[in-house]
Amino acid sequence: MSFYERYMEYKNFDFEGFFDRVTDRDIINIINKDRRLSELEFLMLLSQKAAKYLEPMAQKAKKLTLQNFGKVILLYTPMYLANYCVNQCVYCGFNITNSIKRKKLTLEEVEKEARAISSTGLRHILILTGESRKESPVGYIKDCVKILRRYFRSIAIEVYPLYENEYAELVEEGVDGITIYQEVYDEEKYKALHLKGPKRNYIYRLDAPERACRASMRNVNIGALLGLHDWRTEAFYTGLHADYLQNNYTDVEISISLPRIRPHFGSFIPDCIVEDRDLVQIMLSYRLFMPRAGITISTRESEKLRNNLIGLGVTKMSAASSTQVGGHTLCDKSDGQFDINDRRGVEEMRQMIYSKGYQPVFKDWQAI
Amino acid sequence: MDDKLIIGDREITSRLFIGTGKFPANRIIPDVVRMSGAQVVTVALRRIDFDSDDENMLKYIPKDCILMPNTSGARNAEEAVRIARLARALGCGNFIKIEVISDNRYLLPDNMETVRATEILAREGFTVLPYMSPDLMDARRLKDAGAAAVMPLGAPIGTNKGLKTREMIKILIDEIDIPVIVDAGIGKPSDACEAMELGAAAVLVNTAIATAGDPAVMAEAFAKAVIAGRKAFLSGMGPVKEYAEASSPLTGFLA
Repeated sequence: MSFYERYMEYKNFDFEGFFDRVTDRDIINIINKDRRLSELEFLMLLSQKAAKYLEPMAQKAKKLTLQNFGKVILLYTPMYLANYCVNQCVYCGFNITNSIKRKKLTLEEVEKEARAISSTGLRHILILTGESRKESPVGYIKDCVKILRRYFRSIAIEVYPLYENEYAELVEEGVDGITIYQEVYDEEKYKALHLKGPKRNYIYRLDAPERACRASMRNVNIGALLGLHDWRTEAFYTGLHADYLQNNYTDVEISISLPRIRPHFGSFIPDCIVEDRDLVQIMLSYRLFMPRAGITISTRESEKLRNNLIGLGVTKMSAASSTQVGGHTLCDKSDGQFDINDRRGVEEMRQMIYSKGYQPVFKDWQAI
Repeated sequence: MDDKLIIGDREITSRLFIGTGKFPANRIIPDVVRMSGAQVVTVALRRIDFDSDDENMLKYIPKDCILMPNTSGARNAEEAVRIARLARALGCGNFIKIEVISDNRYLLPDNMETVRATEILAREGFTVLPYMSPDLMDARRLKDAGAAAVMPLGAPIGTNKGLKTREMIKILIDEIDIPVIVDAGIGKPSDACEAMELGAAAVLVNTAIATAGDPAVMAEAFAKAVIAGRKAFLSGMGPVKEYAEASSPLTGFLA
């Protein structure tokens, strides 16, 4: 079984017709329901009709988030290890055809970055690479993890899709989380945006989160890159995917990110605009559909929006981010993957979260 | 009235145990502990930041409390055992609350794995308090495995739904001769009072206090409810009757 089979069930589904038939009553009933929502109820929350009900949806989402997670926001930061990449994804700054400055951290540089980041109090780190088995092989990632374990209590990876045994090796080394975005769930659109390289293999990427679950990864975080395709259906597939993983791997903590495309090196213009209110509708729908799922909002979003999203469903936020290799300490940095929006440091984020009546959590895992 | 609660080798002064997760800030925890009168305080080992000065939760727990680290995050017995040993090695004492959860949707405990972990940890000298689904046979197994108390859930964690498992908990209280501590689901002081009236040895409350508008005041409310419930239980409550008691008994002529 693969999520692909679930995806195919909706391949010829008449989304527009379905959305047209959603009534006010449907939405009100869903918001007032006190048990698990069906996938079609989740889809209704993503409809145009539901946009009128953002306030009651937000009230419900707030209640569910408080009950399941309390008044806390987990903080982490990304650390780019390397930006060599063999893929040609039209929307990404690391695209092989872009002549940007490339770099891969030496192990000494990894340690230097780690020391600086951990001195800000952060204990959760997300490490990233481009897709290059030659420049950033699994062995290199493992070597980096060995160093990072001395500075961080939780290490997550956001790298190219791996085989199950490779995920297992990284788990063994101390990695407890993985982030991997499908980018676009619509298969045709996926092919149109991923022109060359191993990333063209849609199914191999689609099954990566499931391979990580099988390899006993503790946290699995998925998402669609919002802006690449119609957000209502993309958000639906994302939720469906998260639900599928949670059903089949009950002990894994499944999370969803809502990355919205940002300006980057290259000339790609997204053909679908996701407004703030759309982003909020997606997040609230995720929360109502999966009350226990983690929800991540990164520094791709603005200060103002991030401040206001606290309490509405988000459980995890990045701080002091850089998308450059060496971006935390080195003078000799690479070019970045995309432009950061919210540039606040850890201390500023910490103060902001407290001012909202929430606790910034720096540590929520202990390697065992 | 002599009413001691003894768990392991400790005499516990308060029958309200509290949790430390979900609070808007760690700095309010000392106040909450004080107002609750709680002596036993549970902390997820995964949350303790031993390397931090101002974010280390332990700093906010008064020294005269009994720290009860819990194994939150454990998916099976082996992981729970590892977390417990780590907690002891890091100086968190001998009490351990076992939480083994392999279902992330409802966070319901896995009794079978919990029994296995209890067996191992009790043998290693821990004072083991296992969180469980209220099942009589499993409670007996836990007792036989060396548990110092059992902690059945009133309702799923964080739901504030109250004593949904009331009938099962009543059976555990009647049948199991180690303390039965109701953990999880207690949403309001009246729920805590109800558990105590039933004869629970203690209750553990976290979400209802941590997410209250004023956690310290809510802690105090719970403390009072627990005392009221306990006193009612000890005093021997009158039976609940279906009909009003007739003032002229039907069988009075037999006297």
